[in-house]
Amino acid sequence: MTQHEDFPDTHHEMTHNTFFGFWIYLMTDFILFATLFASYAVLRDATFGGPGGKELFNLPAVLLETLILSTSGFTCGLATLAIPVDNKKKVIAWYAVTFLLGLWFFLQVCTEFGHLIQDGNTWQKSAFLSAYFTLVGTHALHILLGLVFIVVFLIQVTRRGLIPVTKRRLTCLSMFWFFSYVVWIFMYAIVYLMGVT
Amino acid sequence: METQQGVETGNFKAYLLAFIGSIILTLAAYFITVNHLFTTWLLNSAIALLAFAQAWIQLVIFLNLGRETKPRWNFLVFFFTIMVTVILVFGSLWIMYHLNYNLMATS
Repeated sequence: MTQHEDFPDTHHEMTHNTFFGFWIYLMTDFILFATLFASYAVLRDATFGGPGGKELFNLPAVLLETLILSTSGFTCGLATLAIPVDNKKKVIAWYAVTFLLGLWFFLQVCTEFGHLIQDGNTWQKSAFLSAYFTLVGTHALHILLGLVFIVVFLIQVTRRGLIPVTKRRLTCLSMFWFFSYVVWIFMYAIVYLMGVT
Repeated sequence: METQQGVETGNFKAYLLAFIGSIILTLAAYFITVNHLFTTWLLNSAIALLAFAQAWIQLVIFLNLGRETKPRWNFLVFFFTIMVTVILVFGSLWIMYHLNYNLMATS
Protein backbone atom coordinates (compact mmCIF):
# COMPACT_ATOMS: atom_id res chain seq x y z
CA MET A 1 0.00 0.00 0.00
CA THR A 2 2.98 2.35 0.55
CA GLN A 3 3.71 2.10 -3.14
CA HIS A 4 0.18 3.21 -3.86
CA GLU A 5 0.52 6.24 -1.57
CA ASP A 6 3.80 7.22 -3.22
CA PHE A 7 2.33 7.35 -6.70
CA PRO A 8 -1.39 7.78 -6.22
CA ASP A 9 -2.10 9.87 -9.29
CA THR A 10 -0.10 7.90 -11.83
CA HIS A 11 -1.69 4.64 -10.86
CA HIS A 12 -5.17 6.10 -10.68
CA GLU A 13 -4.82 7.67 -14.12
CA MET A 14 -3.40 4.51 -15.67
CA THR A 15 -6.17 2.27 -14.31
CA HIS A 16 -8.83 4.73 -15.35
CA ASN A 17 -7.43 4.95 -18.87
CA THR A 18 -7.31 1.14 -19.09
CA PHE A 19 -11.03 0.88 -18.33
CA PHE A 20 -11.85 3.62 -20.80
CA GLY A 21 -9.76 1.94 -23.50
CA PHE A 22 -11.36 -1.40 -22.79
CA TRP A 23 -14.80 0.21 -22.97
CA ILE A 24 -13.96 1.56 -26.44
CA TYR A 25 -12.86 -1.95 -27.48
CA LEU A 26 -16.19 -3.34 -26.26
CA MET A 27 -18.07 -0.70 -28.24
CA THR A 28 -16.19 -1.55 -31.46
CA ASP A 29 -16.95 -5.19 -30.75
CA PHE A 30 -20.60 -4.18 -30.51
CA ILE A 31 -20.36 -2.66 -34.00
CA LEU A 32 -18.89 -5.95 -35.25
CA PHE A 33 -21.95 -7.73 -33.87
CA ALA A 34 -24.19 -5.05 -35.38
CA THR A 35 -22.87 -5.85 -38.87
CA LEU A 36 -23.49 -9.56 -38.29
CA PHE A 37 -26.99 -8.81 -36.97
CA ALA A 38 -27.65 -6.65 -40.03
CA SER A 39 -26.58 -9.39 -42.46
CA TYR A 40 -28.65 -11.92 -40.51
CA ALA A 41 -31.71 -9.66 -40.67
CA VAL A 42 -31.25 -9.25 -44.42
CA LEU A 43 -30.70 -12.98 -45.10
CA ARG A 44 -33.29 -14.25 -42.62
CA ASP A 45 -35.77 -15.41 -45.27
CA ALA A 46 -33.16 -16.57 -47.80
CA THR A 47 -33.57 -20.23 -46.90
CA PHE A 48 -33.15 -21.53 -50.48
CA GLY A 49 -36.11 -23.88 -50.05
CA GLY A 50 -34.57 -25.38 -46.93
CA PRO A 51 -35.82 -25.17 -43.35
CA GLY A 52 -36.08 -21.78 -41.62
CA GLY A 53 -35.80 -20.73 -37.99
CA LYS A 54 -39.32 -21.94 -37.20
CA GLU A 55 -38.41 -25.53 -38.05
CA LEU A 56 -34.86 -25.52 -36.70
CA PHE A 57 -34.77 -23.65 -33.40
CA ASN A 58 -35.31 -25.53 -30.18
CA LEU A 59 -36.70 -22.81 -27.88
CA PRO A 60 -36.56 -24.63 -24.50
CA ALA A 61 -32.83 -25.28 -25.07
CA VAL A 62 -32.30 -21.61 -25.95
CA LEU A 63 -34.18 -20.52 -22.81
CA LEU A 64 -31.90 -22.77 -20.75
CA GLU A 65 -28.81 -21.23 -22.42
CA THR A 66 -30.10 -17.72 -21.68
CA LEU A 67 -30.74 -18.52 -18.03
CA ILE A 68 -27.29 -20.14 -17.66
CA LEU A 69 -25.52 -17.11 -19.14
CA SER A 70 -27.65 -14.71 -17.10
CA THR A 71 -26.70 -16.55 -13.90
CA SER A 72 -23.04 -16.56 -14.89
CA GLY A 73 -23.25 -12.77 -15.35
CA PHE A 74 -24.60 -12.48 -11.81
CA THR A 75 -21.88 -14.70 -10.30
CA CYS A 76 -19.30 -12.69 -12.27
CA GLY A 77 -20.80 -9.56 -10.66
CA LEU A 78 -20.39 -11.12 -7.21
CA ALA A 79 -16.74 -11.87 -8.02
CA THR A 80 -16.28 -8.25 -9.14
CA LEU A 81 -17.69 -7.00 -5.82
CA ALA A 82 -15.04 -8.98 -3.94
CA ILE A 83 -12.16 -7.37 -5.90
CA PRO A 84 -12.02 -3.90 -4.21
CA VAL A 85 -12.29 -5.41 -0.71
CA ASP A 86 -9.39 -7.83 -1.41
CA ASN A 87 -11.36 -10.98 -0.67
CA LYS A 88 -9.19 -13.42 -2.62
CA LYS A 89 -11.14 -16.55 -1.68
CA LYS A 90 -14.45 -15.04 -2.82
CA VAL A 91 -12.91 -13.74 -6.06
CA ILE A 92 -11.56 -17.17 -6.97
CA ALA A 93 -14.73 -19.01 -5.89
CA TRP A 94 -17.17 -16.80 -7.82
CA TYR A 95 -15.00 -16.70 -10.96
CA ALA A 96 -14.77 -20.50 -10.77
CA VAL A 97 -18.58 -20.70 -10.67
CA THR A 98 -18.75 -18.25 -13.59
CA PHE A 99 -16.32 -20.44 -15.51
CA LEU A 100 -18.38 -23.59 -14.97
CA LEU A 101 -21.62 -21.86 -16.02
CA GLY A 102 -19.87 -20.35 -19.05
CA LEU A 103 -18.50 -23.75 -20.02
CA TRP A 104 -21.98 -25.26 -19.68
CA PHE A 105 -23.38 -22.53 -21.95
CA PHE A 106 -20.61 -23.09 -24.51
CA LEU A 107 -21.21 -26.86 -24.56
CA GLN A 108 -24.97 -26.26 -24.97
CA VAL A 109 -24.34 -24.08 -28.03
CA CYS A 110 -21.94 -26.71 -29.42
CA THR A 111 -24.61 -29.41 -28.93
CA GLU A 112 -27.14 -27.23 -30.73
CA PHE A 113 -24.72 -26.74 -33.64
CA GLY A 114 -24.01 -30.46 -33.62
CA HIS A 115 -27.71 -31.34 -34.01
CA LEU A 116 -28.07 -28.90 -36.90
CA ILE A 117 -25.01 -30.25 -38.70
CA GLN A 118 -26.03 -33.88 -38.12
CA ASP A 119 -29.34 -33.19 -39.84
CA GLY A 120 -27.44 -31.75 -42.80
CA ASN A 121 -28.32 -28.13 -42.00
CA THR A 122 -24.80 -26.76 -42.27
CA TRP A 123 -23.74 -23.21 -43.17
CA GLN A 124 -23.42 -24.37 -46.77
CA LYS A 125 -27.12 -25.11 -47.13
CA SER A 126 -28.54 -21.59 -47.34
CA ALA A 127 -27.69 -17.92 -46.86
CA PHE A 128 -29.90 -17.93 -43.76
CA LEU A 129 -27.85 -20.70 -42.16
CA SER A 130 -24.55 -19.03 -43.11
CA ALA A 131 -25.65 -15.83 -41.39
CA TYR A 132 -26.97 -17.79 -38.40
CA PHE A 133 -23.78 -19.79 -37.86
CA THR A 134 -21.59 -16.70 -38.29
CA LEU A 135 -23.58 -14.64 -35.78
CA VAL A 136 -24.05 -17.28 -33.08
CA GLY A 137 -20.58 -18.74 -33.73
CA THR A 138 -18.90 -15.36 -33.23
CA HIS A 139 -20.68 -14.99 -29.91
CA ALA A 140 -19.66 -18.52 -28.89
CA LEU A 141 -16.05 -17.65 -29.74
CA HIS A 142 -16.28 -14.62 -27.43
CA ILE A 143 -17.51 -16.89 -24.64
CA LEU A 144 -14.66 -19.34 -25.31
CA LEU A 145 -12.14 -16.47 -25.18
CA GLY A 146 -13.68 -15.30 -21.89
CA LEU A 147 -13.35 -18.82 -20.46
CA VAL A 148 -9.65 -18.98 -21.42
CA PHE A 149 -9.00 -15.61 -19.79
CA ILE A 150 -10.84 -16.60 -16.58
CA VAL A 151 -8.42 -19.56 -16.25
CA VAL A 152 -5.34 -17.47 -17.08
CA PHE A 153 -6.21 -14.65 -14.67
CA LEU A 154 -7.19 -17.02 -11.86
CA ILE A 155 -3.80 -18.70 -12.16
CA GLN A 156 -2.21 -15.25 -11.92
CA VAL A 157 -4.30 -14.42 -8.83
CA THR A 158 -3.33 -17.64 -7.06
CA ARG A 159 0.34 -17.07 -7.86
CA ARG A 160 0.69 -13.32 -7.42
CA GLY A 161 -2.33 -12.43 -5.28
CA LEU A 162 -4.75 -9.55 -5.69
CA ILE A 163 -2.23 -6.88 -6.72
CA PRO A 164 -3.26 -3.80 -8.78
CA VAL A 165 -2.29 -5.51 -12.07
CA THR A 166 -4.41 -8.62 -11.50
CA LYS A 167 -7.30 -6.54 -10.14
CA ARG A 168 -7.27 -4.41 -13.27
CA ARG A 169 -7.25 -7.47 -15.53
CA LEU A 170 -10.08 -9.13 -13.64
CA THR A 171 -12.21 -5.98 -13.82
CA CYS A 172 -11.72 -5.80 -17.60
CA LEU A 173 -12.61 -9.49 -17.83
CA SER A 174 -15.84 -8.85 -15.92
CA MET A 175 -16.73 -6.01 -18.29
CA PHE A 176 -16.13 -8.40 -21.21
CA TRP A 177 -18.35 -11.05 -19.62
CA PHE A 178 -21.24 -8.64 -18.88
CA PHE A 179 -20.95 -7.33 -22.43
CA SER A 180 -21.18 -10.86 -23.88
CA TYR A 181 -24.46 -11.35 -22.07
CA VAL A 182 -25.83 -8.04 -23.39
CA VAL A 183 -25.09 -9.26 -26.94
CA TRP A 184 -26.76 -12.59 -26.17
CA ILE A 185 -29.96 -10.79 -25.02
CA PHE A 186 -30.37 -9.49 -28.58
CA MET A 187 -29.52 -12.86 -30.08
CA TYR A 188 -32.16 -14.50 -27.87
CA ALA A 189 -34.76 -11.91 -28.91
CA ILE A 190 -33.95 -11.27 -32.57
CA VAL A 191 -32.59 -14.60 -33.80
CA TYR A 192 -34.49 -17.12 -31.71
CA LEU A 193 -37.75 -15.61 -30.45
CA MET A 194 -38.49 -13.50 -33.53
CA GLY A 195 -37.28 -16.41 -35.66
CA VAL A 196 -40.28 -18.52 -34.67
CA THR A 197 -43.03 -15.88 -34.60
CA MET B 1 -18.28 6.22 -3.52
CA GLU B 2 -14.88 7.02 -4.99
CA THR B 3 -13.02 3.75 -5.23
CA GLN B 4 -9.43 3.04 -6.10
CA GLN B 5 -10.41 2.55 -9.74
CA GLY B 6 -12.21 5.88 -9.95
CA VAL B 7 -15.20 4.01 -11.31
CA GLU B 8 -18.29 3.63 -9.22
CA THR B 9 -18.74 0.00 -8.21
CA GLY B 10 -22.05 -1.73 -7.71
CA ASN B 11 -23.45 -3.32 -4.61
CA PHE B 12 -24.89 -6.72 -3.84
CA LYS B 13 -28.51 -5.58 -3.57
CA ALA B 14 -28.48 -3.83 -6.96
CA TYR B 15 -26.85 -6.88 -8.59
CA LEU B 16 -29.41 -9.25 -7.07
CA LEU B 17 -32.34 -7.08 -8.19
CA ALA B 18 -30.86 -6.76 -11.70
CA PHE B 19 -30.43 -10.54 -11.86
CA ILE B 20 -34.03 -11.23 -10.77
CA GLY B 21 -35.30 -8.57 -13.18
CA SER B 22 -33.33 -10.13 -16.06
CA ILE B 23 -34.74 -13.58 -15.31
CA ILE B 24 -38.31 -12.21 -15.22
CA LEU B 25 -37.85 -10.35 -18.53
CA THR B 26 -36.30 -13.44 -20.17
CA LEU B 27 -39.18 -15.67 -19.03
CA ALA B 28 -41.80 -13.08 -20.02
CA ALA B 29 -40.39 -12.88 -23.56
CA TYR B 30 -40.33 -16.68 -23.73
CA PHE B 31 -43.94 -17.17 -22.61
CA ILE B 32 -45.49 -14.54 -24.86
CA THR B 33 -43.66 -16.15 -27.80
CA VAL B 34 -44.48 -19.77 -27.02
CA ASN B 35 -48.16 -19.06 -26.32
CA HIS B 36 -48.35 -16.62 -29.26
CA LEU B 37 -50.33 -14.14 -27.19
CA PHE B 38 -50.48 -11.29 -29.74
CA THR B 39 -50.45 -10.79 -33.50
CA THR B 40 -47.01 -11.20 -35.09
CA TRP B 41 -46.27 -7.49 -35.38
CA LEU B 42 -47.23 -6.75 -31.77
CA LEU B 43 -45.39 -9.86 -30.56
CA ASN B 44 -42.15 -8.80 -32.28
CA SER B 45 -42.45 -5.30 -30.81
CA ALA B 46 -43.03 -6.73 -27.33
CA ILE B 47 -39.99 -9.05 -27.65
CA ALA B 48 -37.83 -6.12 -28.80
CA LEU B 49 -39.07 -3.95 -25.93
CA LEU B 50 -38.33 -6.66 -23.34
CA ALA B 51 -34.86 -7.16 -24.84
CA PHE B 52 -34.06 -3.44 -24.72
CA ALA B 53 -35.29 -3.23 -21.12
CA GLN B 54 -33.07 -6.12 -20.09
CA ALA B 55 -30.05 -4.77 -21.98
CA TRP B 56 -30.55 -1.42 -20.29
CA ILE B 57 -30.66 -3.03 -16.82
CA GLN B 58 -27.46 -4.96 -17.58
CA LEU B 59 -25.64 -1.90 -18.94
CA VAL B 60 -26.59 0.41 -16.07
CA ILE B 61 -26.16 -2.01 -13.16
CA PHE B 62 -23.28 -4.24 -14.26
CA LEU B 63 -21.38 -2.02 -16.71
CA ASN B 64 -22.01 1.22 -14.72
CA LEU B 65 -23.22 3.07 -17.80
CA GLY B 66 -24.18 6.67 -17.08
CA ARG B 67 -23.04 6.43 -13.45
CA GLU B 68 -19.60 7.94 -13.98
CA THR B 69 -18.69 11.47 -12.92
CA LYS B 70 -18.29 14.24 -15.53
CA PRO B 71 -16.88 14.31 -18.18
CA ARG B 72 -18.93 11.31 -19.30
CA TRP B 73 -16.62 9.90 -21.95
CA ASN B 74 -17.93 6.35 -21.58
CA PHE B 75 -21.46 7.50 -22.23
CA LEU B 76 -20.38 9.58 -25.22
CA VAL B 77 -18.66 6.58 -26.83
CA PHE B 78 -21.72 4.46 -26.09
CA PHE B 79 -24.03 7.02 -27.66
CA PHE B 80 -21.89 7.12 -30.81
CA THR B 81 -21.87 3.31 -30.97
CA ILE B 82 -25.66 3.17 -30.78
CA MET B 83 -25.86 5.73 -33.57
CA VAL B 84 -23.56 3.69 -35.83
CA THR B 85 -25.50 0.51 -34.96
CA VAL B 86 -28.85 2.05 -35.86
CA ILE B 87 -27.56 3.41 -39.17
CA LEU B 88 -25.92 0.08 -39.99
CA VAL B 89 -28.82 -2.22 -39.16
CA PHE B 90 -31.74 -0.13 -40.38
CA GLY B 91 -29.75 1.19 -43.35
CA SER B 92 -28.94 -2.35 -44.47
CA LEU B 93 -32.53 -3.50 -44.10
CA TRP B 94 -33.85 -0.43 -45.92
CA ILE B 95 -31.42 -0.76 -48.84
CA MET B 96 -31.91 -4.50 -49.24
CA TYR B 97 -35.70 -4.22 -49.03
CA HIS B 98 -35.79 -1.64 -51.82
CA LEU B 99 -33.26 -3.62 -53.84
CA ASN B 100 -35.53 -6.67 -53.65
CA TYR B 101 -38.53 -4.54 -54.55
CA ASN B 102 -36.88 -2.92 -57.56
CA LEU B 103 -35.43 -6.19 -58.87
CA MET B 104 -38.76 -8.02 -58.86
CA ALA B 105 -39.83 -9.44 -62.21
CA THR B 106 -42.16 -7.01 -63.94
CA SER B 107 -43.72 -9.30 -66.54
